[in-house]
Amino acid sequence: MNVVKVPGKIKTNKVFIYALSTCAWCKMTKQFFKDNSVEFEYVDVDLCDDEDKDKIKEHILSFGGSLSYPAIIIDNKTLITGFRKDKIKETLGI
Amino acid sequence: MTTLEKARQRAESDAKTYGYFLNPDPEFLQNLLEGLRENEERYGYPSCPCRLASGKLEIDRDIICPCDYRDPDVAEYGACYCGLYVRKDVYESKAVPPVPERRPLEKQTRSYAFTSQPTAEKEPQVATTSAKAPSEIRKKLWYCRQCGYVVFREDPPYVCPICKAKKEMFAEISVQVAEQG
Repeated sequence: MNVVKVPGKIKTNKVFIYALSTCAWCKMTKQFFKDNSVEFEYVDVDLCDDEDKDKIKEHILSFGGSLSYPAIIIDNKTLITGFRKDKIKETLGI
Repeated sequence: MTTLEKARQRAESDAKTYGYFLNPDPEFLQNLLEGLRENEERYGYPSCPCRLASGKLEIDRDIICPCDYRDPDVAEYGACYCGLYVRKDVYESKAVPPVPERRPLEKQTRSYAFTSQPTAEKEPQVATTSAKAPSEIRKKLWYCRQCGYVVFREDPPYVCPICKAKKEMFAEISVQVAEQG
């Protein structure tokens, strides 16, 4: 699985994004974290192999979410589905 | 090879036909069209750039743009799931809302071809979300009781593309072959 780390000044929370390389909302989400200097990691799920895709499916579903992208996981406990700016800001306190 | 311009023309023409507008943010729109072009190159059809496709036509049919969910999503939220098509008021306000996924979970999970064997520790949920093979998808004939439009698919469309009747207006056509002798 190709996990990309994007460095940022704010490292208070562990931000992890399951994204799609073709998705405009995912691009916007990545840009949002960059603009706010929040460090994050992401995986473009459409570019993963089948075995990794299946692991990702199980991981997202374990949070009780739907398989929508971007799936933003904060501190490995909170799942935010979709680019919900207010929810992200509230969770990260930014 | 599909060009970006071709993807744009197709979307513009479809928006015009259905009385929709394309996303008002030029950069966002460009990204969506780029995603559609990429998916068409990759899979042979322009599946939704914001959904994971399986690469198998039978499984992805409902998410080929314009997807099955566009019309009910634009009606309810003012935009489709990816935000390519929007309603006039949303276009003018320039504020496209994130739209929740309407595609049933059962169909979403089919895009994940590799299905792990459920183990004893796992929740029963795993068993119900396992992917279905394309061959297991049973297509049926459906007709719109309002206008007569006929479609051969797994499910009837949410909205009749001809007369805009709701899904409930569709009924299955049962084909009976009687042998005479």
